[in-house]
Amino acid sequence: MEVRDLIIIGGGSAGMAAAIQAHEDGIEDILLIEREQQLGGILNQCIHNGFGLTEFKEELTGPEYAERFAKQVTDLNIDVRLGATVLKITRNLEVTCSSKEDGFVVLKANAIVFATGCYERNAGAIQLPGYRPYGIITAGLAQKFLNIEGYLVGKRVVILGSGDIGLIMARRFTLEGAKVLAVVELMPYSNGLNRNIAQCLNDFEIPLYLSHTVSKVEGEGRVEKVTISAVDQKFQFIPGSEIVFECDTLLLSIGLVPNVNLLTDINCLIGPTKGAIVNEQMETMIPGIFTCGNCLHVHDLVDFVSLEGRAAGHGAALYLKRGQIASKHLFKVLAGSDITYVIPSRIDFGVDEDVTLKFRVLRPLKDCYVILKNKEKILKKVYRPVLTPSEMEILKVGKELISTLNSDLILEIEKKGTN
Amino acid sequence: MKEFVCIICPKGCRLKIDDDLKVTGNLCPRGIAYARAEITNPVRTITSTVRVKNRQGKLLSIKTSTPAPKEKMFAIIEELNRLQVLAPIKIGNVVLRNILGLNVDIIATKNID
Amino acid sequence: MFDILIIGAGIVGSLLAREIKKYKLSVAVLDKESDVGNVTSMANSAIIHSGYDPLPGTLKAKMNVRGNEMFDELTKQLDVSFGRVGSLTVAIYNEQLPLLDELAARAKENGVKVELLTRAQVLKMEPNITKEVKGALLAPTAGIIDPFNLCVHAMENAVDNGTELFLNEEVIKIDDKGDYFEVKTSKNHVYKAKMVINAAGLYSDKIAELVAPIDWKITPRKGQYFVLDHYKSGLVRHVIFPLPSEKGKGILVTMTTSGNYLVGPSSELVEDREDFSCDLDTLKKIRESSIIMVPDIPFHQTIRCFAGLRASSSRHDFVIETPKGIPNFVNIGGIESPGFVSAPAIAEYVVDEFISKVFALEKNESFNPAVRKYINPKKMRFIDRHKLVKENPDYGEIICNCEKVTLGEVRDVLKRNCPPHTIKAMKKRVRVGFGKCQGTFCLPLVVKELAAFYNISPLEVLYDKEDSNILLEELKEEK
Repeated sequence: MEVRDLIIIGGGSAGMAAAIQAHEDGIEDILLIEREQQLGGILNQCIHNGFGLTEFKEELTGPEYAERFAKQVTDLNIDVRLGATVLKITRNLEVTCSSKEDGFVVLKANAIVFATGCYERNAGAIQLPGYRPYGIITAGLAQKFLNIEGYLVGKRVVILGSGDIGLIMARRFTLEGAKVLAVVELMPYSNGLNRNIAQCLNDFEIPLYLSHTVSKVEGEGRVEKVTISAVDQKFQFIPGSEIVFECDTLLLSIGLVPNVNLLTDINCLIGPTKGAIVNEQMETMIPGIFTCGNCLHVHDLVDFVSLEGRAAGHGAALYLKRGQIASKHLFKVLAGSDITYVIPSRIDFGVDEDVTLKFRVLRPLKDCYVILKNKEKILKKVYRPVLTPSEMEILKVGKELISTLNSDLILEIEKKGTN
Repeated sequence: MKEFVCIICPKGCRLKIDDDLKVTGNLCPRGIAYARAEITNPVRTITSTVRVKNRQGKLLSIKTSTPAPKEKMFAIIEELNRLQVLAPIKIGNVVLRNILGLNVDIIATKNID
Repeated sequence: MFDILIIGAGIVGSLLAREIKKYKLSVAVLDKESDVGNVTSMANSAIIHSGYDPLPGTLKAKMNVRGNEMFDELTKQLDVSFGRVGSLTVAIYNEQLPLLDELAARAKENGVKVELLTRAQVLKMEPNITKEVKGALLAPTAGIIDPFNLCVHAMENAVDNGTELFLNEEVIKIDDKGDYFEVKTSKNHVYKAKMVINAAGLYSDKIAELVAPIDWKITPRKGQYFVLDHYKSGLVRHVIFPLPSEKGKGILVTMTTSGNYLVGPSSELVEDREDFSCDLDTLKKIRESSIIMVPDIPFHQTIRCFAGLRASSSRHDFVIETPKGIPNFVNIGGIESPGFVSAPAIAEYVVDEFISKVFALEKNESFNPAVRKYINPKKMRFIDRHKLVKENPDYGEIICNCEKVTLGEVRDVLKRNCPPHTIKAMKKRVRVGFGKCQGTFCLPLVVKELAAFYNISPLEVLYDKEDSNILLEELKEEK
């Protein structure tokens, strides 16, 4: 059986960053496995700009951002296997991989970085009511057909979900000659970036219906009509509020889900983000398996994915160099009031390095403090004028603080003025 | 007084601009320039795809070298639909100079071998 | 002129076509859909019932029991996934226990082996069943089947043996010329056959009336389902039924041959024979009913909801008969549950009871009952799979990541008889797009394969029906 020091599953932004960092940390034997015929992952179809402002201090399009990392991977001579799909991993870090070129093989890794990205929620997940004509498709699929293959999947489109993918596709469809009739959002606020509402909807006078959702889909072979209804605070349809659109496509942009089947198959513990539970090394609870990127928690900015990829690559490198050691501490980082999740949710080693906590808030908040505390005292308190669920936040915790931890931590939000 | 969201970076500051072109709400100086441009001469960076003539089935993703006049967006797209480029292409190559005489170039954002 | 023309390529029509080819008779099959088994035969619980449930003496009972015992050989010959997992009909309330006894007695009358289990026995077998369970009826001969491929492989085998299949042909008129029929379709094609068999499912009464008046009619009865993703720890190992009512067998919970879970079906009469819609109220009721039996059903694993329509007949039993004085026209109608398990028995019955009265049945010595074996890399031992990929690299390329389907499997079905012409047909055969991402990653690749094989533009690839093109416009084509 072929043995590799580090196997990285997924050659998108997370996997590439992990590979580069591990290499920088001195790991020579790295294999990066990617199922497509090129590196870059989902970035290859994200031809719009908005990537790289933090990482490169430039505004780049998706493919340009991906190429910066892909070039580094190539320049560093990191071993890449394209067109190869990982079908199974075991707790002993055996990786079953299948590809046209290299066949069906099992490899053994000394450490794994799991960077498989995410997939889109679709109609079944939200029990979309009505008929099942063809023409209900997810925004990412429409994006792939349009930007990679060059085909329009619809000419008259209603978009359900005001997340960034839906907004970006609203603009893309319009520019390519299709008519986008409406963007429909269940919540009373959009969870896409404000700039996208501006440049994707307002620029083209595409109406945004907040607190609405699809109540009926009609059509025989293909979608013919979509009815939307307003919803109340309990998300029940408000009778009499129906609006009917004659269209041929219902585009779904209703959320992303970490792609972690290979981990759940080996009973890896999963957290509230639907990705694995990790410690500050980005290690899952299976020793030697690290994870990062959208398969850990869905990100809004690829720059943070790269940051996290580097953290996982670094964690894996440390693990490979010193071997598995018993945890020094075992503290949890708990999500307190108004926090949906915090990653990492465990601090296992108290290593001599800063830790970056990533979190999201439960609802839009203004004028608040982000507080990190333990049962005795407040350890860190930072003011934030605006917090929103659609934007992941970061809190750096210095190594001096980490090394003195003696109990579980809680991350919470406190409104300014409440004392 | 006009209000809109800045699109220069993902922060999306809510800008206010008054009749004297005085801007508030911005977290950085680029917001001031953006707000003023939105009133006097709105511009947009355009990203799209063009066919690669000698690579069947491959599309080249492109962007405008600088933001182009917003009112010319669809005209630019139409011009791009007529454009066919030849591989090999490298990121950063100018595939069309001075599109529609607007002093805006079309730049490749992908490598096509 | 064909000897026999079958209208309808569902599970009954497909197995019947195959059965007839065991004899020296020419057979043609017509179906209005773009693929075989495209309506009721693909939207059901995929259960091979044991046969204790139908009323003794009915055709349903007779066909169910006979069909059930045919499945081991049939699925082996047709290379289709089948698991005789057994079913548990559970009593949740004490007053339901006598009903279990009634079912056991009915089973005995029908000649079906069953066993009454105590609460302790049930919980040992199925730890995820509610702790409120009082007892259950175990029917060990019940099973689960891959319904899509049973229909496809049956027709593939029928065509291998000389059947002619005509899809996208909707029958609109049948002229009885005495010793033959002229069957006209909406495309203005005319098919001539000495004998016609109506296996037209939801429209079997309409087709029957084209020839002679009938005293039965079909009312569609809808059943909605949840499909849950496959997941590691598993939910149930048997098919779990509640006690039956006059509406039917009730909302069941079962594993499928692909490791998914089905929860459903509901049972509501509808008017429109094309109404395959799901509604939130009924889905809610399915949830509420099913968790009474299996409390921890992980509905968050739902990847899809769908609805099937049962062809319920006003006779509440199968209709398998010829109109008076017309022995060369057979109506097969009302094939609702236990339709799927009964299908091979119905095929046998139609040959024995009706076809034999019109034709001398001469054995076809060259009949081959088996399809060319299917390669399923997932089921191979490592060493064999490794060798396979070396010999045929197409089996190394994974097209559908959710269901782990290889390019080799996709290309193989295209080369067989009864190949897929649409995305939906491809889905049914190899499961691309059936997984949790519902085709988001694999659809572009499958469109390419279909377009390449049939030498058509990707714009012409359909999902299923005529106007269901996947792609509407090609951008920036050479002007």
